[in-house]
Amino acid sequence: MADLSLRQIKKSYGNLKILHGIDLDIKSGEFIVFVGPSGCGKSTLLRTIAGLEEITSGELKIAGEVVNDVPPSKRGIAMVFQSYALYPHMTVYDNMAFGMKIAREEKSEIDRRVRQAAEILQLTNYLDRLPKAMSGGQRQRVAIGRAIVRNPKVFLFDEPLSNLDAALRVATRIEIAKLKESMAATTMIYVTHDQVEAMTLADRIVVLKDGRIEQVGTPMELYHHPGNLFVAQFIGSPAMNIVPATIDKAGAKTLIAQVGGRKTDVPVATPADAAGAKISFGVRPEDLRVATGDGALFEGRVDYVEQLGEVQMVYLDVGIADQPLVVKLPGNAEVKRNATMKVTAEADTLHIFDAEGRSFARAQSTAQAA
Amino acid sequence: MAAQILSAIITIIVGVGGAVAYFWGANRLLDLIFPSRGVAGTAAIDNLRRQGLIRPWLFIGPALIILTVYLIYPVVQTLWLSFHGRNGEDFVGFANYTWAFGDREFRNSIFNNLLWLAVVPAACTFLGLVIAVLTDKIWWGTIAKSLIFLPLAISFVGASVIWKFIYEYKGDGQTQIGLLNAIVQFLGGSPQVWISLPFWNNFFLMVILIWIQTGFAMVILSAALRGIPEETIEAAVIDGANPFQIFWKIMIPQIWGTIAVVWTTITILVLKVFDIVLTMTNGQWNSQVLANLMFDWMFRGGGDFGRGATIAIIIMLAVLPIMVWNIRQANRESGDH
Repeated sequence: MADLSLRQIKKSYGNLKILHGIDLDIKSGEFIVFVGPSGCGKSTLLRTIAGLEEITSGELKIAGEVVNDVPPSKRGIAMVFQSYALYPHMTVYDNMAFGMKIAREEKSEIDRRVRQAAEILQLTNYLDRLPKAMSGGQRQRVAIGRAIVRNPKVFLFDEPLSNLDAALRVATRIEIAKLKESMAATTMIYVTHDQVEAMTLADRIVVLKDGRIEQVGTPMELYHHPGNLFVAQFIGSPAMNIVPATIDKAGAKTLIAQVGGRKTDVPVATPADAAGAKISFGVRPEDLRVATGDGALFEGRVDYVEQLGEVQMVYLDVGIADQPLVVKLPGNAEVKRNATMKVTAEADTLHIFDAEGRSFARAQSTAQAA
Repeated sequence: MAAQILSAIITIIVGVGGAVAYFWGANRLLDLIFPSRGVAGTAAIDNLRRQGLIRPWLFIGPALIILTVYLIYPVVQTLWLSFHGRNGEDFVGFANYTWAFGDREFRNSIFNNLLWLAVVPAACTFLGLVIAVLTDKIWWGTIAKSLIFLPLAISFVGASVIWKFIYEYKGDGQTQIGLLNAIVQFLGGSPQVWISLPFWNNFFLMVILIWIQTGFAMVILSAALRGIPEETIEAAVIDGANPFQIFWKIMIPQIWGTIAVVWTTITILVLKVFDIVLTMTNGQWNSQVLANLMFDWMFRGGGDFGRGATIAIIIMLAVLPIMVWNIRQANRESGDH
């Protein structure tokens, strides 16, 4: 129901700058995930949208209206907190009804909306309970219910799953995805440091680092076409392998030379003056496979194997100190420790980054699966 | 002076050393009587179990005995005295109790005590809460809190002496040195003998206890307020609650248990209020309270043990239920039962 526009949003506490000018447009009904390491400013950004933090400078619009100085309750937002933030002295019913009671809404209307939300979240049997008599997953559902009854234009989630155990986290993640489907018109903004949540839930992901946006894109864009080294290594698990290299021949196709002298053709265009430049060469562990025949991309000694059953992580010593090459192989592949292994990858899964860490853009045709 | 310090040090050494020696010695003796080492398997296990049964009693024994001698025995003795005459020898049944409830001064004390109960705990808790909230928001809050906490370190008698100067009255034509009269005069009023104004003097005495105890309420409530999760307040902000609604509907209910403990703790203190009244008015001008009345009957004018004890028992009966409730509440707050 509402689109958001962020223009040069800055936030600082005294001399400490947290956000350095965020520009972002969010379309109505989108599910946006802010992701990044601790201290990247993602929670602060969410809280400025909520109105819990003042914006130092810049302009925030919700549904076309500048809301910089509008109090949180008038912004048409609802927020689900990491610790649920339920009112411990109120029953589930009162927790959900509190906002509407404050707004002096009709009793019958309050009752109708609370019961409707309880129905959606399967909380009908728990309406008389106090939060302390409920499990973590149920509490989180109450927190979501409290947000739903506000009938918000924008739904904000601040790391809502991080206090749940692993199994419950997966179940609740799916519930949130379904909730989004049933509230198609509602814009949702979700903060997490967990890239799995980001990949599975988001229409678009906003990767943040040190108070700046690193890249905005669909999950598959970020995975296949990371804009820089940080995004390349942040999205995907285990992280993308990065090895130093130099450009041997620039052009529509680039020939790169690894430290050992091994040369590889990468189907990425580079400007002519880039020849001889130092670059980072990246390839994801899951894109690597055992090479049959000639033309291996890497060759090294098997230093260590982590067997996970379905897959195994092979750590290859390719002659770069303290930086093993990680290869993700099927669990049933035969791998011997200390044996020499040759691995390779499809040309269109290779990435190269310039000295500043920016990626050389690859044609987008190959990987656009979503 | 040197001799006093020396004797204090010796007392500490003997006291602490004695306690250590007792625990060590008692434990050692138990080991000798029921040895667990160097004996055959089953015998060793039996002895260990016997040791386990006896040891707690050995260790808490001294404390138990001392508590019995200094707490339980006096209670029983006081109860016994309350059924006897002024020298504590002839049995008089409930005569002391019937006397008490017919006595004008006793009834005045009950009335005044109820007045104290109605005003002081409420005022201390309310002021403590308000100050705790306000000082949380300002940079000089810590300094303000320290100043408000300070009176708690002053003895009741010391505080009363300070306030006696504030309420001081000098006769006509003399310069008023009391702060309150100075202010009244400055504002154009005529000076008063504040502590001899019947009924109202009670409140002037209560101010002293409020002045002392607000710091206590403030410190405890300030800690409780800090324990409120910030996110519940933010959630209320998003729900549209204004600062007053947040205070009354979100913050107060979350620290309700602590407020109750503070309230009852001060209530118990108020029921026993004595020093302030003794120092300021000694119960004259209708400002008498139970504890001071008890002291009066017990030790003044030759003493009437029976009536003194009767008043003591009445005070104890009044404190008891509040005490039990207070301890239960405090235990619930700290999470164990």
